[in-house]
Amino acid sequence: MESLPILSLVLWLPLAAAVIVILLQDRRAMFGVAVLGAALSLLLSVAVWAAFEPGAGMQFQESFAWLPALGIQYALGVDGISLLMVLLNTFLFFLCIIYAWATVNDRVKEYLVTMLLLEVGITGVFLALDFVLFYVFWELMLIPMYVLIGVWGGERRVYATIKFVLYTLFGSLLMLVAILALYFVHGNSTGTYTFDILQLTQGTYGEVFQLWAFVAFFLAFAIKVPMVPFHTWLPDAHVEAPTTGSVILAGILLKMGGYGFIRFSLPLFPDASQLAQTAVLTLSVIAIIYGALVALMQTDLKKLIAYSSVSHMGFVTLGIFSFTQQGLDGAMMQMFSHGLVTGALFLCVGQLYERTHDRLIANLGGLAHRWPVFAALFLYFSLASIGLPGLSGFVGEFMALVGAFATGVRVFGVLAVFGIILSAAYMLWMYWRVMLGSLKEAHRRLEDLSVLETAVLVALALVVIWAGVQPQAFIQIFTADTSGVMQAVNAAQVAGLVPK
Amino acid sequence: MIIPALEYYLLLGAALFVIGLLGVLVRRNLLIVFMSIELILLGANVTFVGFAVALNNMLGQAFVIFSLTVAAAEAAVGLAIIVALARHRETLNVDEIDTLRG
Amino acid sequence: MINVAWLVPLLPFIAFAINGLFGRAYLKKTTGLVANAGVLGALVVTVLLFLAQGGHPEPETVTLWTWAASGDLTVNLDLRVDALTLVMLLVVTSVSFMVHVYSIGYMAHDPGFWRFFTYLPLFVFAMIMLVMANNLLVLFVFWEAVGLCSYLLIGFWFERRSASAAAVKAFLTNRIGDVGFLIGLILVWHVFGTLDYDEIFAQAPAVASAMPGMLTIICLTLFVGAMGKSAQFPLHVWLPDAMEGPTPVSALIHAATMVTAGVYMVARFNPLYVFSADAMIVVALVGAFTALFAATIGLAQNDIKRVLAYSTVSQLGLMFMALGVGAFTAAIFHLATHAFFKGLLFLGSGSVIHGTDEEQDMQRMGGLFGKMRVTGTTYIIGGLALSGIIPLAGFWSKDELLGATLLAGGAGYLLFAMGALASLLTAVYTFRMIFLTFFGSTRMEADRFSHVHESPAVMTIPLLILAVGALFAGFVGVPPEHGLIHDYLHDTFLAAEAAGLMHAPSTAFVVTLMAISTVIAVFGILIAFSIYLRKRPAPETIGGAAPFIHALLVNKYYLDDLYDLVVAGGTRSIGWLLAWFDLNVVDGLVNLVGVVVSLAGNGLRRFQTGRLENYAFSVALGTALVLAFYIFMVR
Repeated sequence: MESLPILSLVLWLPLAAAVIVILLQDRRAMFGVAVLGAALSLLLSVAVWAAFEPGAGMQFQESFAWLPALGIQYALGVDGISLLMVLLNTFLFFLCIIYAWATVNDRVKEYLVTMLLLEVGITGVFLALDFVLFYVFWELMLIPMYVLIGVWGGERRVYATIKFVLYTLFGSLLMLVAILALYFVHGNSTGTYTFDILQLTQGTYGEVFQLWAFVAFFLAFAIKVPMVPFHTWLPDAHVEAPTTGSVILAGILLKMGGYGFIRFSLPLFPDASQLAQTAVLTLSVIAIIYGALVALMQTDLKKLIAYSSVSHMGFVTLGIFSFTQQGLDGAMMQMFSHGLVTGALFLCVGQLYERTHDRLIANLGGLAHRWPVFAALFLYFSLASIGLPGLSGFVGEFMALVGAFATGVRVFGVLAVFGIILSAAYMLWMYWRVMLGSLKEAHRRLEDLSVLETAVLVALALVVIWAGVQPQAFIQIFTADTSGVMQAVNAAQVAGLVPK
Repeated sequence: MIIPALEYYLLLGAALFVIGLLGVLVRRNLLIVFMSIELILLGANVTFVGFAVALNNMLGQAFVIFSLTVAAAEAAVGLAIIVALARHRETLNVDEIDTLRG
Repeated sequence: MINVAWLVPLLPFIAFAINGLFGRAYLKKTTGLVANAGVLGALVVTVLLFLAQGGHPEPETVTLWTWAASGDLTVNLDLRVDALTLVMLLVVTSVSFMVHVYSIGYMAHDPGFWRFFTYLPLFVFAMIMLVMANNLLVLFVFWEAVGLCSYLLIGFWFERRSASAAAVKAFLTNRIGDVGFLIGLILVWHVFGTLDYDEIFAQAPAVASAMPGMLTIICLTLFVGAMGKSAQFPLHVWLPDAMEGPTPVSALIHAATMVTAGVYMVARFNPLYVFSADAMIVVALVGAFTALFAATIGLAQNDIKRVLAYSTVSQLGLMFMALGVGAFTAAIFHLATHAFFKGLLFLGSGSVIHGTDEEQDMQRMGGLFGKMRVTGTTYIIGGLALSGIIPLAGFWSKDELLGATLLAGGAGYLLFAMGALASLLTAVYTFRMIFLTFFGSTRMEADRFSHVHESPAVMTIPLLILAVGALFAGFVGVPPEHGLIHDYLHDTFLAAEAAGLMHAPSTAFVVTLMAISTVIAVFGILIAFSIYLRKRPAPETIGGAAPFIHALLVNKYYLDDLYDLVVAGGTRSIGWLLAWFDLNVVDGLVNLVGVVVSLAGNGLRRFQTGRLENYAFSVALGTALVLAFYIFMVR
């Protein structure tokens, strides 16, 4: 693949679109360019998928020296794990910008530039093969997100956005320290000082060092996921974020945490991972049950979905730290599905809010009478979120549970299963109170979804059912790569819970 | 030509430096403070010259020329700021100029 | 013929897709025809399949695609056709078709007509897939899918608060069962290393001897799933509430097909269950207890559909009792006959509700027979079959499963006593219902009574066809233990035979038992006749004689209230507590960090005086200190 730097194109096309948007004035033209940029990025990432060979490791690699004296390079590449995330990312951004076309009228130019920059940052995180480059993108993505919540957000947007940024920065600074430590430890032992992720992953590190570095990475990723008890920025950020901000936040930003665990924590620090397994599994189960119980009592729709995210992402960490093939694959599927489903749910809530200007469950009711199309789609995504078999949500949960049962301690799996009762409870109860029953007088004259809004949701719905009916189409992308991760972590010197 | 011993240079430089420092710390008029800063600079310059002679290294004297030039420029800019400040605030008492207080 | 097996689920699915996409805007009333065509197609293909597979069908499977392959976990989407599947398919598609035809009349004036005929074929599709599944995961997938359809159809009239509540209750109660199922499923995978039926069954004996405890746990967790779906105590509470749905739904989903999925599952996994005597006895006891328990509640209910709902719970309990003693064929036999006569009774009650302008309270009916002769006649046939009167369908199957408990010996005598008592009560409440509804003098207002009318032909013809089924379906099991169905299912339940659970009763035993069964049923009908028609003793005096027991029965042993208080209320309380904890403690700690930092900043800003000389002084002092350090310490 010498000819075309396709990953760079996927990465930088949105930036090019953003530059053009700055020069334009007309709303239609600006949206046209933005949609085009996002669409091209999506098409190219689908092309990468088409040309991708499952199991052949890192592909489409590009690398140029950046600061050779320090061993820093501009290096991109995809394997199955990152490919799925990039696909999810470009897909959601494409839909979000289309959705914004129908809804955003306030500071359009700034909005589009922010969104496109955000896309660049997130794509970069998944594509980077150099730690410095990775870190740059990791931080870069914070700024547009900060702006997105801070400018287009709700009433308490300043509080929420500062909390979000500070919380995330706290984690990522620790990660930066650990990256530097990794650089020096690796350099001292091998003589080659490099930030190359692949090379660093090959190395072996002492147990004490692993533990310290693991904790630093863990905090960064656990805050992103977010795991209980580092989750409290999430509800605030979601409640204040604009609709598309919530979609991106829940859809992709959270996945960066899970991606980090799979890509870095497990292969880099297998011994530390094994030592931390029990603790992380415990936190995961707590997140599943606790998030669901807290979600049950929320009065604000967005908060409810935010806490449901905490619960669902618990299955991701549960799967990853089971260190089994099924668990890791389940975590990947759960991330993919959660991105689609929760993104769609936030779109639904956004549409609800656009019309009723209310997000409090108690003030809604009976909306199914007026909006049959919306009611059907909202129910569909609620059921997908519950983990109804046949839709995408079930696949990840099921496989993560299979993985959890494979650890020597079955109690994690057994407890986590009860999360599926609770998730059904809060979602169905919410749906009942919002959509069923009798219609409020104030909502009698509201319109059902427009064609554009319906199209966005239907696009998500199709992928959701595809991933539910034939998940193998997605699993085969990454299963060879997660297998490598699993072998790496199970090659640890320290024994974990899984009997060898 | 009699060259005084290094100690005299250093003593003179130190004296100038301390006088300047005390001026900066004690005086309230901004113009005086500014002149005291010039004194500190001169103290350093004298020390430079002294070492240059003692070590027979012309670089020290070159530095003095250099720093004098910088000091002249600094004086010009500094005085301009002080004049502007004096016009704006109608005082040169440093106690009253505390806009940067946290 | 196996190659076209996929047509069976596909046709209803196509009907669902067409109605779902175009029903609201374009098809409207035509949706009924589309749905009927789809289900009829499935019925026809099933019959063809049945004929083509011959008298002793070998299990055949066809793989559609790989669902997921991760490491050593591979799950294929397979369809399976064997004797048990075919029996189930015949029951499901035929009853479904009858209900679809009937619904055209019953739902004719409902604004949600198209929606109804979208959900109903979706259910048929899911139910067909459930019985055609060839591995546990696909079974689970469609197990939940039928649950979803049940949720949608119970809450069909979603503007009614009680309907939405019942729908959510049904889904959540089923989910509790499904947790058991899911745990069992995952354990099966870890123990057997596969989820495919045949591979599991092949390994069952080895696993049974290597880890009998684990096998019992697997059987019991799977049974928890069956308890949820088939409404067995203590997870039965959702089924009576499910009567909030339209009556055809109650007939199809909550009597004839979906609720029998639990029975089907245990029967399907007979090669596992026969190796766990502990699990078997639990299944039998839960079944027998539920049968008796639900029958007693059925005695005191006044809503015609609720009586039938408790009756369904009770009959399902009898089926589990049979499964528990190893009489798998008898259970499936009863499942099939029950589908016909209970479907008939529900559709009949729907016809009554339809003809009396939405009246469901039997205390405000009476004397309807003269006005609704077809409905009344078929209803009585269904009632006789349910009570177990020779030679109707229910007699043969119920007789056989009661006999099986006796033959099992030991705890079987207790089971027999419970089952026999439940049968007696069944006859009582069934004929209480019939007498209160159709006979005696009417308790309706005169003008309403004058408007009572027989239902249209599109509703009565399915009743007549099902009545024929209720009359004659039992003959597939005659003579007892050696009928057609026994022969047909013989290979499916070989494991039970191998485990010594099959008994060959003597002719004398069979005849005696038939006599006892008949006496029980007739006695029950006579009791009902005496109390509710002759009023000797009058029903009020019985209730008055033991007010406590009467209150207990009317209020369903207060179990629903207990669940509301403890389970629902408890969960909400914990949720409320944790939400408070999250907002104030967890997030409080985060905000505390923020407060501490800003307080520290507030303190430190005092050093930032803004005065030049202070800064200069600190610079000087700092320099002096550094110098002093170097001069005095470092040297």
